[in-house]
Amino acid sequence: MNHSEKKFWSGNIAVAEGALAAGVDFYAGYPITPSSEIMEHMARELPKRGGIFLQAEDEIAAIFMLIGASWADAKPMTATSGPGFSLMQEGLGIAVMTETPLLVVDVMRAGPGTGQASKAAQGDLLQARFGRHGDQILPVFAPFSVQDCFDLTVFAVNVAEKLRTPVVLLSDELLAHTWEEVAVPREVERVERRRPRNMEPPFGSEDPRIPPPMPRLGEGFGVLMTGSTHDPWGFRRTSDPGTHRDLVTRLWEKIWRNRDWLCRYQAFGLEKAGVGIVAYGSAARSALATRTLLSGKIDVGVVVLQTVWPLPEEPILKLAERARFILVPELSLGQLIFDVERIVAGRCQVLGFGKIGGGVPIYPEELAEKIAEEWR
Amino acid sequence: MRGHPLHHFFRPEALPTAFCPGCGNGLVAGAILRALKRANVDFQKTVFVAGIGCAAWIPSPHFRADSLHVAHGRAIPTALGVKLRRPELTVIVVGGDGDLAGIGGNHLLHAARRNADLLVVMVNNFVYAMTGGQVGPTTPKNLPTPTTPYGNPEYPMDVARVVAAAGANYVARWTTAHLGELEKALTKALSKEGFRFVEVVSQCPTRVGGRLAMAPGEALRWLRARARPVGKAGPEEMEVGEFADQDRPGLLKTLRGEKNA
Repeated sequence: MNHSEKKFWSGNIAVAEGALAAGVDFYAGYPITPSSEIMEHMARELPKRGGIFLQAEDEIAAIFMLIGASWADAKPMTATSGPGFSLMQEGLGIAVMTETPLLVVDVMRAGPGTGQASKAAQGDLLQARFGRHGDQILPVFAPFSVQDCFDLTVFAVNVAEKLRTPVVLLSDELLAHTWEEVAVPREVERVERRRPRNMEPPFGSEDPRIPPPMPRLGEGFGVLMTGSTHDPWGFRRTSDPGTHRDLVTRLWEKIWRNRDWLCRYQAFGLEKAGVGIVAYGSAARSALATRTLLSGKIDVGVVVLQTVWPLPEEPILKLAERARFILVPELSLGQLIFDVERIVAGRCQVLGFGKIGGGVPIYPEELAEKIAEEWR
Repeated sequence: MRGHPLHHFFRPEALPTAFCPGCGNGLVAGAILRALKRANVDFQKTVFVAGIGCAAWIPSPHFRADSLHVAHGRAIPTALGVKLRRPELTVIVVGGDGDLAGIGGNHLLHAARRNADLLVVMVNNFVYAMTGGQVGPTTPKNLPTPTTPYGNPEYPMDVARVVAAAGANYVARWTTAHLGELEKALTKALSKEGFRFVEVVSQCPTRVGGRLAMAPGEALRWLRARARPVGKAGPEEMEVGEFADQDRPGLLKTLRGEKNA
């Protein structure tokens, strides 16, 4: 039996503890609210456990330290918020191209620019997916409770290792500073990246769903890693159309064709849903409270997205078949709604509830009011 | 190449190099490899890290060691990530002046300040050569370049002096016309801990020499003629030699809490 221990943690501490449980042993970062507690927790914990912690000169340095450490066999992570996340896009692109496992936590705060340090928002969803130049994809996860901050961080670290890819965990200020009880399992699953046997090519694979093995530095492999277009052995082939096509397509398919197990969500009351809500992060908590508020009056089905890229489409379709309309609450002017409209494709009405909170969350009362109004 | 004393250090698939005829990068590559031999460094336990630019191509793809070739300016933090995690490896950054002192300048300053256990070799050819010879942080005042067609209005940075002031354990500058001294400086740097920085002033026959109508051989004579020992250079001259040589504990030690600095 995997008995669990009860803890009382904030979302930020649960993320840090989840990372440690999953085997993260390297942290480099730059202080920024509302993510700083993650960094401070790692600064205390990692040296005690034989891990490495370094405060970098900026977020660009931090993410490249992660890339170097990952190739030197570490399971690395960093945490940041909007302005720092923007700086890290450069390194994330290199990590995608070089298939470097690492975890970036973006604790979203209100932007644009330096914005509203450090008030809650959900404005970085599209940046997390598409913030980098070039055709690329990386998995993005979003917890919706402090328990989920722990569980999903463990999952994210394991996905990074299993698919040899950078991953992003999108938290937000509300979750980061919410304190809740967390059941911490005594043991969590730890996935280790695959190593090459008999000189397998480190940048090519027959089955695009399976990433190539990642060699260790300093063992005579002659690692040739580059952020430029490269062949399966790492040689730069920037003038060869076929090499570029094969590489970029394979990197995309590596994530896209693993959607079946990558896409996590939780569904509440889909079977009887008269009205649907699709949400993630702290907005999903407001959605669940709204469901309780309206119980006995209107049956609200809620899909909580834990993987926000690529998206779990099946539960949204299920909701669309039953619900009269689907509401998409988000603490932004509307980013998730584009996907929900695309997936629902006219099966039912999709209504946005985009809110610039300016420091306040989406209140269940205002969601309930909106639903009651549309339901009439 | 076969039969060359350094032949076994190269990946045959990567040859010939993409360097222009008369480029200084071959001389720098030779000096680095001979220094590694002299310092008895295990090539299989050496990791080269490079950013973007002509000099970044010296190790990658040519050297038959592990190499990480990352984004413009970001070689130093990447190298530090490797070194912190695998302290037993020798980690060497090779890059140009634009890469390391321009876009990567902040990383260079802080690596020197924290005395990161890395050897950084900066090939200074005075311009952004790969992109066409545009002005860079080391370009001499008044030199015309494609982005300063009326002459460079700015003053160049003395990178070796800046890195020494930031706290590096070892800083030296030589030129491609001082290969013996360069090899000795690199060998010495390899035997030390902490941050070690060796600047190599080099000729770029394509982007600088062409503009000044100076052939590679002539450029080497020009470098040799203008080099003066540290502290003894006049205007229009250039200091060569050691700018710092100290033995402060490196970052690996100070991170472990060894406080005898």
